[in-house]
Amino acid sequence: MSGFAWPRGWMPPSTEWGDLRTPGRGQPQSLTAPAAFLATTSAQQACDNHHYMTTVSAESAGIRATGLTKSYGSVQAVRGIDLVIAPGETVALLGPNGAGKTTTIDMVLGLTRPDAGSVSVFGVPPATAVRSGLVGGMLQTGSLPDCLRVRELISLVASYYPQPLDVEDVLRRTELSDLAERWTTKLSGGQAQRVRFASALVANADLLVLDEPTAGIDVEGRHEFWEVMRGVAAEGKTVVFATHYLEEADAFADRIVLIARGSIVADGPATEIKAKAGSRTVRATLPVVDLSSLRALPGVMNVERHGETVVLSCADADAALPALFARFPEVRDVEAAGGSLEEAFLELTAEPVEPRPKEVAE
Amino acid sequence: MSAATHVRYELLRSFRNRLTWALSLALPLVVYYAVASGQRHAFVYAAGVSFPLYFMTGMAAYGAMFAAIGPGGRLARDRARGWTRQLRITRLRVRTDYLAKTLAAYLVALPALVLVFLAGVTLGVRLGAAQWLEMSGLLLIGLVPFVLMGIILGHLVATDALVPVMGWLVVFFALFGGAFGSLFNSGAMLTVVKGLPSYWLVHAGAAALLHGDWPAEGWIVLACWTAALVPLAVLAYRHDTGEA
Repeated sequence: MSGFAWPRGWMPPSTEWGDLRTPGRGQPQSLTAPAAFLATTSAQQACDNHHYMTTVSAESAGIRATGLTKSYGSVQAVRGIDLVIAPGETVALLGPNGAGKTTTIDMVLGLTRPDAGSVSVFGVPPATAVRSGLVGGMLQTGSLPDCLRVRELISLVASYYPQPLDVEDVLRRTELSDLAERWTTKLSGGQAQRVRFASALVANADLLVLDEPTAGIDVEGRHEFWEVMRGVAAEGKTVVFATHYLEEADAFADRIVLIARGSIVADGPATEIKAKAGSRTVRATLPVVDLSSLRALPGVMNVERHGETVVLSCADADAALPALFARFPEVRDVEAAGGSLEEAFLELTAEPVEPRPKEVAE
Repeated sequence: MSAATHVRYELLRSFRNRLTWALSLALPLVVYYAVASGQRHAFVYAAGVSFPLYFMTGMAAYGAMFAAIGPGGRLARDRARGWTRQLRITRLRVRTDYLAKTLAAYLVALPALVLVFLAGVTLGVRLGAAQWLEMSGLLLIGLVPFVLMGIILGHLVATDALVPVMGWLVVFFALFGGAFGSLFNSGAMLTVVKGLPSYWLVHAGAAALLHGDWPAEGWIVLACWTAALVPLAVLAYRHDTGEA
């Protein structure tokens, strides 16, 4: 903090600046969005507040996205995403690269305007939520601004929020205390990522959005990162993060939203997704059969035909197999294969035009 | 004092960018000394003042323009780094950011002016305090369109193209505005160049020397450029950020 010092009290006390003044810090900090919102009250926010209070009920969604669609040229990045995230939830947007996670996040943050559909954050449009300081985030792309030291950058970001965390405390929690005086442009990739994380954390916002937060961080760093995030989630913040690491989503999220090709292909608690991920594939030779009657068998999720072969995706193969033999005694060459977590993830997110990957042990 | 912190760091960053800062301060000085030191006893009859004084007003305008357009470069760098997007998910308002950048532009432009004035004094220029102040004040007002141009370019031009684009723009405005000596003293072209904001920047010196010869035309031209550039800056911001 050396060098240039601006004289205190120079700022004209016009209403233009009213909403940017730091509100009273002595007020109790609440974890719920409306209460935190009230605690940030200043003159100009009064009207926003009123709007907020009249449009949001207590059990209202943290994020509500309806029919989100976005194309870039001929590429359909997001094809109709409906998503409701409750305040306090920790949700992973899981999917392969190019699935539409970042585009979805950008629309939730108000950085990208959807072609169709709508999104609200704590009951208000994203831009309003952002202006109220309810949103903190860590975008996927980008590096840090130059000509600043690490501590200065975190202090600067803290100044944009109504109730920021203590800068030194955040530096400690993200293990940046030793790098506090380092220039932001003189950091390793993993260190820069930690600074970006610290700048999201210091906001102390009710909604924390992290786009691939652990990209470029080593295994130990990841562990520490999620340790800190656990603390944030425990404070009742709403946390939404994008990742393409299955283990990360599994270990940390209350709920996984699996996105592929711009759509949600699965949405549920980690355990439910894991059950789905643990699905079995049954292949059999069954020349003349109505596919819908196969689909009606217990435990069967999906059916495909390749020539004389039928492929059944089963949530419960133990139930499906006896039913298959009972209903179609002519069935031959039955093989059952279990997909690993990873295989099932690939299966759920694979291109639909491609044939199902061969899972038969030979 | 959220806005104060942003403004403070914006100024700090502009001063820390020492090379850019030093170069934008040195350029008008170097040109001024190179041209005027050999002609310190020359007299410009058309203007009725000594050559060092005549050229000083031009170089002050040139240096101030260069400094004022500079924060656009920082904007372009922040944009290329994705930092402007990061800022958009904070409470920081765009107008606060632009205000900070404008203040930073002035804090770089002001020393550029002072240095050229000091150089003038070393070459024998003597003016009354009121004249120095009036000249500086008019110059600073005339800079507003150039600050806006910097912001617009910062939003629209790729970083690697920015330096040549800004260089050309400043030289164009300086040349036709008469910073290196007036190109046109009468006729249709004079009318044309009087429509440039840089003409009035250069004219600020003359106005101060001739005791308030700053016609309404000057105010109108600067107001028109500002009025045209503000919506352009808004459009550039929206184009850049994809906000409709």
